[in-house]
Amino acid sequence: MLRKLLIGTALGSGLAFAAHAQDVKEVEMLHWWTSGGEAAALNVLKEDLAKQGFAWKDVPVAGGGGDAAMTALKAMVAAGNYPTASQMLGYTVLDYAAAGVMGDLTEAAVKEGWDKSVPAALQKFSVYDGKWVAAPVNVHSVNWLWINKAVMDKIGGTEPKTFDEFIALLDKAKAAGVIPLALGGQNWQEATMFDSVVLSTGGPEFYKKAFNDLDEEQLKSDTMKKSFDNLAKLVTYVDPNFSGRDWNLATAMVIKGDALVQVMGDWAKGEFNAAKKTPGTDFLCYRFPGTDGSVVYNSDMFGMFDVPEERKAAQVALATATLSKSFQSAFNVVKGSVPARTDVPDTDFDACGKKGIADLKAANEGGTLFGSLAQGYGAPPAVANAYKDVVSKFVHGQIKTSDEAVTQLVNAIEDAK
Amino acid sequence: MTTVTTQIKLTPEHSARPGASMRSRLQDALPKIVLAPSFAITIVFVYGFILWTVYLSFTNSKTFPSYALTGPRAYQRLWRWTFESDPPSSWYTSITNMGIFGFLYIFICLALGLFLAILLDQKIRGEGVLRPIYLYPMALSFIVTGVAWKWFLDPGLGLEQTLHQWGWTSFHFDWIKNKDFVIYTVVIAGVWQASGFIMAMFLAGLRGIDGEIMKAAQIDGATTFQLYRRIVIPLLRPVFLSAFIVLAHLAIKSYDLVVALTSGGPGGSAWLPSNFMYEYTFKRNEMAVGSASAVIMLMTITAIIVPYLYSELREKPR
Repeated sequence: MLRKLLIGTALGSGLAFAAHAQDVKEVEMLHWWTSGGEAAALNVLKEDLAKQGFAWKDVPVAGGGGDAAMTALKAMVAAGNYPTASQMLGYTVLDYAAAGVMGDLTEAAVKEGWDKSVPAALQKFSVYDGKWVAAPVNVHSVNWLWINKAVMDKIGGTEPKTFDEFIALLDKAKAAGVIPLALGGQNWQEATMFDSVVLSTGGPEFYKKAFNDLDEEQLKSDTMKKSFDNLAKLVTYVDPNFSGRDWNLATAMVIKGDALVQVMGDWAKGEFNAAKKTPGTDFLCYRFPGTDGSVVYNSDMFGMFDVPEERKAAQVALATATLSKSFQSAFNVVKGSVPARTDVPDTDFDACGKKGIADLKAANEGGTLFGSLAQGYGAPPAVANAYKDVVSKFVHGQIKTSDEAVTQLVNAIEDAK
Repeated sequence: MTTVTTQIKLTPEHSARPGASMRSRLQDALPKIVLAPSFAITIVFVYGFILWTVYLSFTNSKTFPSYALTGPRAYQRLWRWTFESDPPSSWYTSITNMGIFGFLYIFICLALGLFLAILLDQKIRGEGVLRPIYLYPMALSFIVTGVAWKWFLDPGLGLEQTLHQWGWTSFHFDWIKNKDFVIYTVVIAGVWQASGFIMAMFLAGLRGIDGEIMKAAQIDGATTFQLYRRIVIPLLRPVFLSAFIVLAHLAIKSYDLVVALTSGGPGGSAWLPSNFMYEYTFKRNEMAVGSASAVIMLMTITAIIVPYLYSELREKPR
């Protein structure tokens, strides 16, 4: 250290500055895509960058999950040691942008035309105060049904178009002795399903007002009460052992044919793919009944931090590669989601992926693309978690009636704002 | 590093006797020099951060700490939640669970530990094998205990499923899936883990009792029950106190057990205050509320530890 200092002083500041201004050919990335298909998909990005001469460096996270990563990120940012980019979700990006630690990608965005190709609803999270601060990686949508085709054929079911038809289908499955609905009784899964129920019960306009604008009139309306009643109906079709189950175990029940259907985001498709199942022949993907034409989404983003000048080139390269059509296609085919830009060709995608891409495009144009409240894209985390509390307490019986649920929901959201 | 060096400088230099050699002065100061880093680290990272947490609980910190004091709003919210019992607020659930879990965990561990220790103390053969068997669970982390018991208690995987396969189909045990009983499964797993350790403490206490007293009592015609009730248990009082302190702090910090065993329970019904604190601080970005709940937990622990320290320190200058 001392020697370095002496040499530095001896050589003078001019040379030191010149050495400093040299670009660092490295991206430092914080993420939790470390296992299986996701890691493989991310490799595509690593190779893209390697071709341009940028080295990839993972920021190690103890514990692996998203929570641990976010805690690590908080510590890094507090210490002023920003990574080049970090995997981030929804309001986290905006929180960090409001704290003034995010970079500015607007130049690249203009050059690449992201404004036009990325859906406006997504730009709410990737653009802060007119500046591009994050590169969306994918769009997941949560209003899907995943159905085991063999079971469906056995009970002679057809695609349910309305909520009542869905209930009738579940009744058929019950009569045939299979578990009708595979659900994991964890609050985020219950709330994710409730997102779809609300959209189905109240329609797109209602969903937006209630769960994106948090309009109190809508939150305590009779439509919301009816949504809770519908949720209560659905919960009667789950097996008694559902509480606490992980989402992928619930998906496995559908894959194995123990259960007919799961209501889950399109990441469930990754499980079907891993089990070597084909859409159309082994399993079916339908929109949640009554929500066709609307998409309730969440999205993974790479938040770009305000790194020193010499690291900016690498950051821009990372963002550009992330939003390149080839990576968007390659990554999302594996991940089960759809590209975050609407002009990516759907040739490599399976039937469900093709439908997802078409739906996203239609929803984007028709103004029916909404953030999922359960996934933290409808409102900030404090509100989203208060919402999950209420839904979960309703499912598990701490809240007994839909009247009470609505009152609790209004209070909880008001309290958390 | 800066704090460490200042701390070393702060150590008093009264040992500098005139004429004493450098070596003996160093020897005098050595314990202080060795202790100084850990002392400094404790001051900063324990007591410094306690003060910081108290400060944060009076701000409106959300995702990041903010330093503008905004009054006791976080405490007011917690106070309001304390009385929201129907439907239970998360805070109400957390503190009632703490009461149930804390009482049962400490009480059952003490009772079971004492009972096992008395049985093991009967000069039985194979004690050397039995003792580590009971003690071993303490060597496991709460996470391992939690996951193992989660599988064991799961109606679809563990005990219930096995007994059904053996033909006892009417057997029904789904506490871990039941919002009203899930906290008792946490007690079961916690007791399984800690009671062996408490047994070892009692066993050490029993071995310390003078055999002459026991013999004298037997000659006086005391029954075995009387012997334990009137002589042994009163003599074990200090062990009870130490065991209580160990168990109390384990109970208050058993966050990981709840997460591994129940992942929060149905509708969050297995939360303890530590789960509440983590959820609000890191997941819900309500750092002020999280800090306030941490302060309340600290005060609870203090309420238990301070009387203990007081009684210990008072007895010393005997």
